[in-house]
Amino acid sequence: MSLYKLTLRELQEKFTKGEVTACEIVQAYQLRINQVEPKVRAYITLTKESAMAQAEALDEKLKGWRRTMPLMGMPVAVKDNICTQNVLTTCASRMLGNFVPPYDASVIARLRGQSYLLLGKTNLDEFAMGSSTENSAFGPSRNPWNLSRVPGGSSGGSAAAVAADLCAAALGSDTGGSIRQPAACCGVVGLKPTYGRVSRFGLVAFASSLDQIGPITKDVADAAMVLGVIAGHDPLDSTSANLPVPDYAKALKKKDFKKLKVGVPREYFAEGLDPEVEQAVQAAIEEIKQLGAEIKEIALPRTDAAIATYYLIATAEASSNLARYDGVKYGLRSKETANLLDMYMKTRQEGFGPEVKRRIMLGTYALSAGYYDAYYGKAQAVRTLIRQDFEAAFREVDLIVTPVTPTPAFKLGEKSEDPLQMYLSDIYTISVNLAGNPAISVPCGFSKTGLPIGLQLIGRPFEEETLLRGAHAYEQATGWRAKRPNIR
Amino acid sequence: MAYEVVIGLEVHAQLLTQSKMFCACGTKFGLPANSQTCPICLGMPGTLPVINKKAVEMAVRTGLALQCRIGEKNRFARKNYFYPDLPKGYQISQYEAPICEQGSVEVEVGQAKKPIRIRRAHLEEDAGKNIHEAGAHGSRVDLNRAGTPLLEIVTEPDMCSADEVVAYLKQLRETLMYLEVCDGNMEEGSLRCEPNLSLRPVGQKAFGTKVELKNINSFKFVKEAIEYEIKRQTKVLNEGGKIAQETRLWDSDKGETATMRSKEEAHDYRYFPDPDLVPLSLSPEWIEELRTTLPELPGARQRRFVGEYGLPKYDAEVLTGTKAMADYFEACVRLFPQPKTVSNWVMGELLRELNNAGVSAAASPVSPERLVSLLQLVEKATISLKVAREIFPELYASGKAPEQIVQEKGLTQVSDEGALAKIIDEVIAKNHAQVEQYRGGKEAVLGFLVGQVMKSSGGKANPGKVNELLKKKLAG
Repeated sequence: MSLYKLTLRELQEKFTKGEVTACEIVQAYQLRINQVEPKVRAYITLTKESAMAQAEALDEKLKGWRRTMPLMGMPVAVKDNICTQNVLTTCASRMLGNFVPPYDASVIARLRGQSYLLLGKTNLDEFAMGSSTENSAFGPSRNPWNLSRVPGGSSGGSAAAVAADLCAAALGSDTGGSIRQPAACCGVVGLKPTYGRVSRFGLVAFASSLDQIGPITKDVADAAMVLGVIAGHDPLDSTSANLPVPDYAKALKKKDFKKLKVGVPREYFAEGLDPEVEQAVQAAIEEIKQLGAEIKEIALPRTDAAIATYYLIATAEASSNLARYDGVKYGLRSKETANLLDMYMKTRQEGFGPEVKRRIMLGTYALSAGYYDAYYGKAQAVRTLIRQDFEAAFREVDLIVTPVTPTPAFKLGEKSEDPLQMYLSDIYTISVNLAGNPAISVPCGFSKTGLPIGLQLIGRPFEEETLLRGAHAYEQATGWRAKRPNIR
Repeated sequence: MAYEVVIGLEVHAQLLTQSKMFCACGTKFGLPANSQTCPICLGMPGTLPVINKKAVEMAVRTGLALQCRIGEKNRFARKNYFYPDLPKGYQISQYEAPICEQGSVEVEVGQAKKPIRIRRAHLEEDAGKNIHEAGAHGSRVDLNRAGTPLLEIVTEPDMCSADEVVAYLKQLRETLMYLEVCDGNMEEGSLRCEPNLSLRPVGQKAFGTKVELKNINSFKFVKEAIEYEIKRQTKVLNEGGKIAQETRLWDSDKGETATMRSKEEAHDYRYFPDPDLVPLSLSPEWIEELRTTLPELPGARQRRFVGEYGLPKYDAEVLTGTKAMADYFEACVRLFPQPKTVSNWVMGELLRELNNAGVSAAASPVSPERLVSLLQLVEKATISLKVAREIFPELYASGKAPEQIVQEKGLTQVSDEGALAKIIDEVIAKNHAQVEQYRGGKEAVLGFLVGQVMKSSGGKANPGKVNELLKKKLAG
């Protein structure tokens, strides 16, 4: 069997036993990348030489040593909004087209500490703003299941890379669904940890109170393995939680839902949900019931306010977070400018794409004197109510199950002229970011046209163990993972 | 028409922390441009701030010293504006929930005491500096200062003259220096003040239109700028004009203020809570613990100096002017319990030398022990007071022990009656006329004769002894 088809755990086992070397792993993936990447375009930057150099150094170092760390020698792709020392980090923006960070994100420092192998930096919607990867300054990525479809977004490059076997696992970031939605679109597993579970230091900020880094993997156990490495307190991120990190692999031992109450929010099965998706999700709920869960209908009454709330808070924070791109210190600086104001305006005009500009303007407006209370202030109040909805629901149930996306992956260009339609594709994922809870997307079927459909499980804050147990039990009981895309 | 002026003050105090407000970079002044920076204070993508605990501690101690209420849950906010010296495009500051609120400082102007209310004091980070060199292509930015912790202390509009502002500012500066949270250096910009000033007809309750003054970097300029601005506004109002709400820059060369930006050009800072920093919870226990670390503040120390040492109020004021000086004084008094004598020396000889050299009492080359040795030499009549005063500059400059100087120069006081009698006889012989006058009842002439004896002894004669012997001789 080709190395690239293996899960992270399978590959790790081979590597630990000494059946393959790091160099062989890199070679296998680079061959695969050479064949498939031109069609999928998952990567912005391929680190071919440094990956091979890392592999050679690792093989050299390991002679006669036991190989123990989970991600040692594992080929990983990283979303291009996560800073990697000495490796271009563009955020898919012209603004940072030449930006090479002199530091690693804290998650990268942890991976590096395990001697992982960085295969490259994956494509995204510019500054993670979008749901299709079409808002990339370097062109869109494709869905490996159907190259005329989007892979979802904003972590579309990472999801497509995992689905197309262009890496063994990937890191993404999730602000409103940016890990879970592309994972669903590409038929892979995407985990958004609890806000504060994983350090944000070195993740280029879109909306600081919502952003969270998480794994995109071939299966649930792989996600648990990566989370175990990247989770935990980081003194460089004041919002990271100072809580112990449990052994997530242990959580996977119970392969059922026994003694778990699972809530189905009625608001998530209303208008706008594609019948095929609904059917797949309902079938999954039935399966979960068969696995021992007590299914309860629950209410999340403020669901209808989530999109409006999100697009005020996220854009307000973004308008401030993106102010640093002014042409003074790094990144793009427009040439031939007359004065300071002219330099600011031309740099930002040339550097940012239309969606980023739209959100900066929305956010600036929401924070403006005279509008703050009506928009940003109100949105914060509603955010609290949405969080309270989840708190109330989780007093009754242990997990919540919902669809990830209203439809399977849409066609390239289909929604790019209609931002509102695009925003609505995040309707089932956004509330979770506002509330801060962890959630995971696992494959739960296919449309008639052969596009993957995802199931979302939502857990209590910092209870990723229950979330992973449920997702794993469902995955093991169903065979969706066996079907792989045939990339043409 | 008669107007009264209403003034409030914003003071920015740079805190004396080793590292910056939100990163581990150092805070030293005057290093090569951008040598004191890291990805965090350069505002590089993905970097995050972490609050400097020492800065919080300094802010709380200052708040306690200013009788403020300490916000147990305070939080940081972003103040958004574009400027090249502001790397993130926003300044991390505090807005809705500052760390200190509702304090008060009592100032003395003339004989009157007046409380100045503190509205708030909040933590924030400083910006960098733009450098515009003549002839250079473009401007440059030095971000060494970016991220240095500042405490912004804002009063209510409680002051009504330039003198009150100066008195408040002096007292605030002393307090900050006593707390060792700020070096108080206005020229280097570690302490910056921005008065808000408006005029209203005497008797009117409502405030007039407010003007903010910037670019004031000494006490002298504070007074000049405010007095200039009062005159300017009075003139405008008397001529039937209106005061524009604006920010004006003080030009110390011209001695006048000029418009910097109008209200219409004022920024909308779009403050909102910084999502990168969780609300700062301060436990009442920690706050109380910090309260116990507060030093005795200038006002209290002044009162104690009067009460405990029996010093005149003026002496107490001068001696408590800086913590270092007051500490110096008390160190001397512990070794030489004659407070007024010590006070005269510290305020006189020592302060003169320190001021000439621009040195703080803490760095005085003459230690309290050395000064006390000198005073003891006078006390034991080994040298005269005059000699002691004369050798003080050498004591200060050379770092030698007073005993050594006295010995080297042979300045030991002459108290030997035989030796003195000889000099006195000579003086009596030379000053016949004066001797006659004295004997005729003009006792005041004695002083002259004593002076003559002192002079011929090269200042070494013991004046008490001289007096005694001279009187005897003249009577005999």
